[in-house]
Amino acid sequence: MATNEQSVLQFFPSTTSLTAKVHPVVIFNICDCYVRRPDQAERVIGTLLGSVSADGTVDIRNSYAVPHNESSDQVALDIDYHHNMLLSHQKVNPKEVIVGWYSTGFGVRAGSALIHDFYSREVQNPIHMTVDTGFTNGEASIKAFVTVNLSLRDQQLAAQFQEIPLDLRMVEAERVGFDILKTRMVEKVPNDLEGMETSMERLLALIDDIYKYVEDVVEGRVVPDNKIGRFVSDTIASIPKVEPAAFDKLINDTLQDHLLLLYLSSLARTQLSLSEKLNTAAQIL
Amino acid sequence: MANPTVLSFLQVAAATEEVAPPLRVVQIEGLVILKIIKHCKEFSPALVTGQLLGLDVGSVLEVTNCFPFPIRDEEEEIEADGANYQLEMMRCLREVNVDNNTVGWYQSTLLGSFQTVELIETFMNYQENIKRCVCIIYDPSRSNQGVLALKALKLSDAFMDLYRNNNFSGEKLREKNLSWVDIFEEIPIKVSNSALVSAFMTELEADTPVTQCDYDRLQLSTNPFLERNVEFLIECMDDLSMEQQKFQFYYRNLSRQQAQQQTWLQKRRTENMARKAAGEEPLPEDDPTNPIFKPVPEPSRLDSYLITNQISNYCNQINGVAGQSFSRLYLTKALHEN
Repeated sequence: MATNEQSVLQFFPSTTSLTAKVHPVVIFNICDCYVRRPDQAERVIGTLLGSVSADGTVDIRNSYAVPHNESSDQVALDIDYHHNMLLSHQKVNPKEVIVGWYSTGFGVRAGSALIHDFYSREVQNPIHMTVDTGFTNGEASIKAFVTVNLSLRDQQLAAQFQEIPLDLRMVEAERVGFDILKTRMVEKVPNDLEGMETSMERLLALIDDIYKYVEDVVEGRVVPDNKIGRFVSDTIASIPKVEPAAFDKLINDTLQDHLLLLYLSSLARTQLSLSEKLNTAAQIL
Repeated sequence: MANPTVLSFLQVAAATEEVAPPLRVVQIEGLVILKIIKHCKEFSPALVTGQLLGLDVGSVLEVTNCFPFPIRDEEEEIEADGANYQLEMMRCLREVNVDNNTVGWYQSTLLGSFQTVELIETFMNYQENIKRCVCIIYDPSRSNQGVLALKALKLSDAFMDLYRNNNFSGEKLREKNLSWVDIFEEIPIKVSNSALVSAFMTELEADTPVTQCDYDRLQLSTNPFLERNVEFLIECMDDLSMEQQKFQFYYRNLSRQQAQQQTWLQKRRTENMARKAAGEEPLPEDDPTNPIFKPVPEPSRLDSYLITNQISNYCNQINGVAGQSFSRLYLTKALHEN
């Protein structure tokens, strides 16, 4: 082999173990910015803020849009704006640093390399996230990329965008409830008891489903699936074995505690209305 | 352009302001909810605040964006910094076509202990510049139970009148018929999302039938939460009894003074009778220089009203959580029996 190692075309870094995780607020913000974009603009781009953990997971937690102008072969980014906004954000939360940038649209586009170059100077190995607001393939595709450089000897020839896994499981959104976030208009925020009711209903439906499935299997109507069977047995096994007497005591004690608290709080309330009455009476004197 | 439409909305709002229909609904974007939650949660248990931006349309107040305030320090120079930050942020957000109209502020709270004099003062400050503003309260400690603890509040007009004159004597309150329930008005919250967001969220919703929210709700241990609630309740009760003692003291002083005035008057009258009999000029029947005629200052009722509000809030929370726990306990029981 005549070629020595130096003159081989090589990617740097050759492999990436980066994964990204996105906070729902980022998606919401991008959508909002896209809806509010200037008339002539085709896409919006902006900065992603967050943190990088030791195991290479990039946590994207915040974002802001940066105004830009784009023509066929050049991109003008409002760098002053970017820096001002960054300073403002850091005042609130100094732990959030630049982790990359986002753009709306499907996949990587021509101007992307230039913008990516700019962000590479701001931070090492930035992430490029694309959010397809146009639903090009009829689905909401959100992707994250990093670049790997193609170099010959010391000379950099090109950069290649490589997709990295993006975690879209949004626990934060689940906490708020998708029912609220996915509809156009919700008339009322559910209070605690209503929320409990929906959860209970869901649980009941799940139990019914499983019940039906088990029955069908026993009757021989459905081909049994070992996996599901194992899950069911695991679930049942996870109920702790407590002596019935001890369990009753436990439940009853807790019930009593709660009843006591309820009693106490109603007592306090009665006291309040009583004292109000007495106060007004005292005023009349 | 989005700008002219925003402006025309503002003009509409300005035009209707003269009629000023009462504020009925606060309509919050999902984005704002998430932003508030993120900010409040990241800094919990420290209490944080931020500004709400949006539009005032008729009887609906639309909150379309918000930004957080940095945690404030006590020093004065930093305060000027804060104002700068606020202006800078507004300017930047305007550049990307965000509604540039302050409609209020949000703040986090711990177990709903938000009814304080500071909140009222902040509200009055905002009220001076903005006719209709709103305060959104978020309680991060309750979100762990699968509750979206968001509240939109405003001060009632009657209360603001009284507060401006700083008059919280019993007489004035009775005149206005204002009790502690009437200080804060809770405004119903509506949540709206743009079609784009709604499409994305429908796509991204996981297939699993169980969400984090359900897990949180079915969590059996509520004791720490209840314990702290009761702790706060007891503290508030102590405060309230202090306030009551203040009033008792005041009434005792008042009646003692009245008795003193009576004896003085009687003495004066007998003296005057004697003088009349002797053919002299009678002395006047009141003497402003005498210290017993100086009115005893009546303590303000504001504090006791606020404490009462807090107590009722804790009671409500205890009731709510206990109610949830009952259903959970019976559920566990049923599971065990099967």
